[in-house]
Amino acid sequence: MTTPLLRVEDLVVEFGPKSAPIRVLEKVNFEMMSGSSIGIVGESGSGKSMTSLAIMRLIPEPAGRVSGRIEFDGRNLLDLPKKEMPRIRGRDIAMIFQEPMSSLNPVMSIGDQIAEGIMLHESMPREKRREKAAELLRLVGMPDPMGRLDSFPHQFSGGMRQRVMIAMAIACNPRLLIADEPTTALDVTIQAQVLQLMKQVRKRLNSSILIISHDLGVIADIAEHVIVMYAGRVIETGDSRSIFRNPTHPYTRGLLDSVPRLKDDRKRLHQIPGSVPLAGMIRQGCPFYARCGLRMDKCQQQMPPMQSVNSTHNAACWVTAPPLDTPRLVVAGEMR
Amino acid sequence: MTALDHGAQQVVAPEPGKFEIVGKIFAGRPATVVAAFVIFAFILIAILAPVIAPYDALAQSFLRINHGPSWQHWLGTDQFGRDVLSRMIYGSRNSMIFGLLAPTLAAIVGTTLGVIAGYFGGIADRVISRVVDMLLAFPELLLAILIAAALGGGFWNIVVVLTVAFVPGFARVARAQTLSVKQEPYVESAIAVGVRTPTIIFRHIVPNIAAPIVVLMTLWTASAIRLEASLSFLGIGTQAPNPSWGNIIRDGLNNLFGSPWPIIGAGLAITCVVLSFNLFGDAVRDVLDPETNQ
Amino acid sequence: MVRYIAQRLLDAIPTIFLILTLVFVAMRILPGDPAIAALGDNALPEQIAEFRERMGLNVPLWQQYFNFLWGIFSLDLGRSLLSNTPVTQLIATYLPYTLELTLFAMILGVAGGIPLGVFAAVNRNKWPDNAIRGYNLIGYAIPDFYLGALLLIFFALNLGWFPIGGVGSGDIWSRIHAVFLPALTLAFVKTAFLGRLTRTSLLEVFGKDYIRTARAKGARENRVVYRHGLRNALLPISTGFGLSLLSTLSGSVAIELVFNRPGIGRMLISAIAERDYAVVQGGIIVFALFVVLINLLMDLVYVIIDPRIRVTK
Repeated sequence: MTTPLLRVEDLVVEFGPKSAPIRVLEKVNFEMMSGSSIGIVGESGSGKSMTSLAIMRLIPEPAGRVSGRIEFDGRNLLDLPKKEMPRIRGRDIAMIFQEPMSSLNPVMSIGDQIAEGIMLHESMPREKRREKAAELLRLVGMPDPMGRLDSFPHQFSGGMRQRVMIAMAIACNPRLLIADEPTTALDVTIQAQVLQLMKQVRKRLNSSILIISHDLGVIADIAEHVIVMYAGRVIETGDSRSIFRNPTHPYTRGLLDSVPRLKDDRKRLHQIPGSVPLAGMIRQGCPFYARCGLRMDKCQQQMPPMQSVNSTHNAACWVTAPPLDTPRLVVAGEMR
Repeated sequence: MTALDHGAQQVVAPEPGKFEIVGKIFAGRPATVVAAFVIFAFILIAILAPVIAPYDALAQSFLRINHGPSWQHWLGTDQFGRDVLSRMIYGSRNSMIFGLLAPTLAAIVGTTLGVIAGYFGGIADRVISRVVDMLLAFPELLLAILIAAALGGGFWNIVVVLTVAFVPGFARVARAQTLSVKQEPYVESAIAVGVRTPTIIFRHIVPNIAAPIVVLMTLWTASAIRLEASLSFLGIGTQAPNPSWGNIIRDGLNNLFGSPWPIIGAGLAITCVVLSFNLFGDAVRDVLDPETNQ
Repeated sequence: MVRYIAQRLLDAIPTIFLILTLVFVAMRILPGDPAIAALGDNALPEQIAEFRERMGLNVPLWQQYFNFLWGIFSLDLGRSLLSNTPVTQLIATYLPYTLELTLFAMILGVAGGIPLGVFAAVNRNKWPDNAIRGYNLIGYAIPDFYLGALLLIFFALNLGWFPIGGVGSGDIWSRIHAVFLPALTLAFVKTAFLGRLTRTSLLEVFGKDYIRTARAKGARENRVVYRHGLRNALLPISTGFGLSLLSTLSGSVAIELVFNRPGIGRMLISAIAERDYAVVQGGIIVFALFVVLINLLMDLVYVIIDPRIRVTK
């Protein structure tokens, strides 16, 4: 068995005073093989963006404290001296952000912004960098790439800016591409185009992709594996087919049920009551307890461990995925 | 009508008590407490000047020209043999009077103009805004110098100069605040049910724009004191032989080889008072108008 | 971009007219009879009549206003009552000294303030930040003429490192030697102001998404701070630069007095003392036009540093 490209182990992120820390990530674990695509799904505040920032070590210090292990290609990124990170960012791991409107530097031409990434990691003469920037723009479907190198971000639409972001991210053929809600801020038709583009790019560069979204449609479209996060914890992971066919955690079920196209008779769960608890509010037990329709007393006291549902699929729920030695409760309404 | 009026009043958030505000200004800010103490001390000195000043501030004597500090004359004497400390004590009256008077007058005039412009709009707004915008392009000091150049010195002229220098700032803030308050539901409903305009302005608009105006008043007290000192230093403010911290420094500069003490003493006084008013103003702003804090 | 510039230039014209009108009103109407203001209460009737004739005060007000405007556009601001020199010539003589002082002070202020602000922002809430905050409080409180006097007493009078006032002789080093202390005085306050502004603007920019993007690209801290941070913070900083240029100009009046330097400010102040009506008016107009000019200049600077204005779709 080869080593995974990325292995996140017991990742914890805390903010606030050390005496009363607010934990926004609580022991997140997952791994990712080279060439695979993983989607992290969850509502806002579930810690999915925090996970991606932690991997990039972009959580501002010393306000945020990160512990655990983030192994990239066998090296623990958290052990690296701070000065080493810029060498990895953009070259080995690149990131696409949510807001194409504000994520590009408004006073720098897009050609310069793309070329900057190349300049930082590869020695290449200026003219060559420009050519490569134009080449990248063409790759992401920008019309007249050579002519638009000197344009500024405000001259582009949201979708085009996101294409620029993608061009910037893939400039150095990163082995891992993290896309944090890459389509959320875009119109629906543009969303589809950008997703299509990301799939093409991924195929072409053969890089792994970690996509973060609250939109199950996006995840289903692009990811082979899914991680469901809730209140800073991973509550279900698995092969995306298995998760979409057989969602096990009540929260995942709720998420799937709230997608309009999935129609069934249980109107009750169309909307998950309540809202995601504030980071760090959960001290013990299952974080979903307060909103769960299937809760039992045990859930309030003990956080359920990850249990396998099938060979590629795990969930953390006392009710729907109890430890194998206890009799499994048959829950009505398994999807389909 | 009365009932509606009453209902409209309730939309306004309850005002915190006066003591509560004062408490907040000082709570956890030792610097503010010291600043308030310094301000209080200088006000006391200004009021009690005739009692505490050891000498007559205007009395000249050829027998004691340019003395250094001594037990008789703590800050020495100037080139006319006048006691520098006494001149400074009397000079504090100028600073305090102008420092408190000018922002108050400017607030009254500026707020009136700003509310008129903001509430009525139209041609009044256009004229007022245009002139205010133009005057705001001038630094206060330059505006004051230019007006004083045209008007000349003297007590009332200084009052006019300092007031005019600050009016545009108050007018702009008052106008902007009025515009936003005017769109609040309680004002719109009051207008809709036909409450008389003066009632709306004095019961709904003015109380709701008061906080930022008061903040500006405290902040600009320091500026007014500095301005008066600058004008007097330039010879277009308080006229000799009447003492002002500014013209004490002016006299001192003409007597550089005689004694540096008038300059050092008077300048220190200006710096202390301005610093104290600035600190105090910052504290008032943080409490009354936290949004504008950077 | 052309439209923007044209718009700014057009906007400046009514402002200039408005300012000139206010100057006219202030000079002719407010202080009563300018003849008495200039000659004093004891002037003889013949003197007053002669003065009125010379100053063109015998014609109706509207005609005076027209003459006033025409005089300005034909660069004729009348003659000094004292020396009979044309006011424009006086201005041409004194303006270079004021500009020299102002520019030198601005260079020092920018060279001090911006690095200081960057230093404070990068070390937010640590000791350098607090030290700079303290410096700011002092910088805002200390009157520049007082600071100038202290520097003069200490460095020029006691230590003798600098000349006591004046502008030096013809050669450049002597001029710089003479302008250094006055410029330093003005720069002290500018440094505090620009430093604080730079700090605030930079901290705001540091919170922006594109800064995170720059880090995600692999840019090192220096590059993030200067190439991405400061470059974007330049927009608010340039506004502050305009403001502090104006306040340096107004501060120069007092500083010229302290260091006994010739200049427009001193010209104005002594004209007031000598009741030299025409020179006072000329000085006021020069300062007022400077205000318009500097504001206009700042609008044009935006064109250079903000592509959102420079390049439209």
